[in-house]
Amino acid sequence: MSQENNNQDRIDVDIKVENSGSAAVQDAPAPAEVSTFRLVATLAVAGVLAGMLIVLVNLHTKPIIDKYKAEQLQLAVYEVLPDVERYDTYYLVNDALSLSLPDGAKESEFKRVYIGRDAIGETRGVAISRGESGYQDVIMVIFGYDPVAGTLSGMKILDSKETPGLGDKIFKDMNFVDQFFAGPQTPLLGVKSGAGKGQPNEIDMITGATISSKAVIGIINHALEEWKPILDQGIPEAPAEATSGEVAQ
Amino acid sequence: MRTTTAQQDFIRGIWKENPVLVQMLGLCPALAVTNSVANALAMSGATFFVMSCSSVLISTCKRFIPHEVRISAYILVIATFVTLADMLLQAYAPAQHKELGAFIALIVVNCMILGRQESFSSKNSVFRSLLDAIGTGVGFTIALVMMGGFREILGTGSFLGYPLFGPNFEPWVIMVLPAGGFLTLGFILLAMGAIEQRRKDRAERKEEPVAEVSS
Repeated sequence: MSQENNNQDRIDVDIKVENSGSAAVQDAPAPAEVSTFRLVATLAVAGVLAGMLIVLVNLHTKPIIDKYKAEQLQLAVYEVLPDVERYDTYYLVNDALSLSLPDGAKESEFKRVYIGRDAIGETRGVAISRGESGYQDVIMVIFGYDPVAGTLSGMKILDSKETPGLGDKIFKDMNFVDQFFAGPQTPLLGVKSGAGKGQPNEIDMITGATISSKAVIGIINHALEEWKPILDQGIPEAPAEATSGEVAQ
Repeated sequence: MRTTTAQQDFIRGIWKENPVLVQMLGLCPALAVTNSVANALAMSGATFFVMSCSSVLISTCKRFIPHEVRISAYILVIATFVTLADMLLQAYAPAQHKELGAFIALIVVNCMILGRQESFSSKNSVFRSLLDAIGTGVGFTIALVMMGGFREILGTGSFLGYPLFGPNFEPWVIMVLPAGGFLTLGFILLAMGAIEQRRKDRAERKEEPVAEVSS
């Protein structure tokens, strides 16, 4: 029995050694009964203060982050539309493509496409971005589409929180990514890696990241379902004046 | 209770009670984001920031936090600073932020940080808590950079992005994959265990004659 007690003591001591932060200052006094109100109030006050702090820092960092994101988007458009010299941003206003927004409208409320032109102003492709849920959170994808041939010219993941080591292969596994740059036909068809029948619209999915790969393929197909009827109505000619997309290539 | 000096508070976390290599806390980031030195540094920096701020704030407010809700309050404080670190990294180091991804948010559940608040900051003065946090943070950084260094040198043949070997070097890809993290940690712990054992053996050998006399 005493042997057992001894062991018990030793374990306690071990634990204390690990917590050996016990410097000279006061021992926490035996906690008195605390009212529920105080418990709730403490957490509430702490929560409000934390919220305010986050808002303050967010006010400061958001413009920087937005600016960076805009730059990344611009780079991404040129990446998924390889033959393009400049692009114009078109907003979807009343089911038609428009370069300008209705008066007083907020830019962020409108869907948009980026129409790429070559050096002489011919349309060479359309870049579309869209987000849908993946395995963890929303995956933001941008892809280039050739409306004449109905093929893709590229794909880039703008934002994703997919599982490191598995789901993040949708942008780290170049075998997967390169398939979208090889001009696959649309609508895409996801097949198990190696089980394809050689169809031009097949995309080999990543083993171990099926949900994330399916999500990427689904996002592109859904985006095209939505945009194809609009693009088929005809793509506007390049405007004479440069628009936002041409800035700082 | 044993008392410690301010100097001990600071030194302790760096080597003798190194959070990763001795206490085995915070292993998730230590294994996950140490595939390059740059990532290890960014992760250490973010953790260091969260750790120091939380320790200072919690030791300042320890009188106002009722015992019953202390863990919730600590987590709230830690989560707030993690969110701040997340936003600041995204604004000022976007490349690293993208590379670390979800692991930034996961600093909240790094038990190393909560452990220091519960066992140290909630009982000690602000100054001591800051020292303790800095010491532990430095220890965490040393462990992560050590792992990141090994893995980057062997796995990609570079250090902080600068190539070290000639073009004929064949990188050990496994070292930058998750398996390499476990291998590296294993070997580092093995080496530390060996050093510790030798130190103990030597100390015992010195004591031996005395022990014989007393028996």
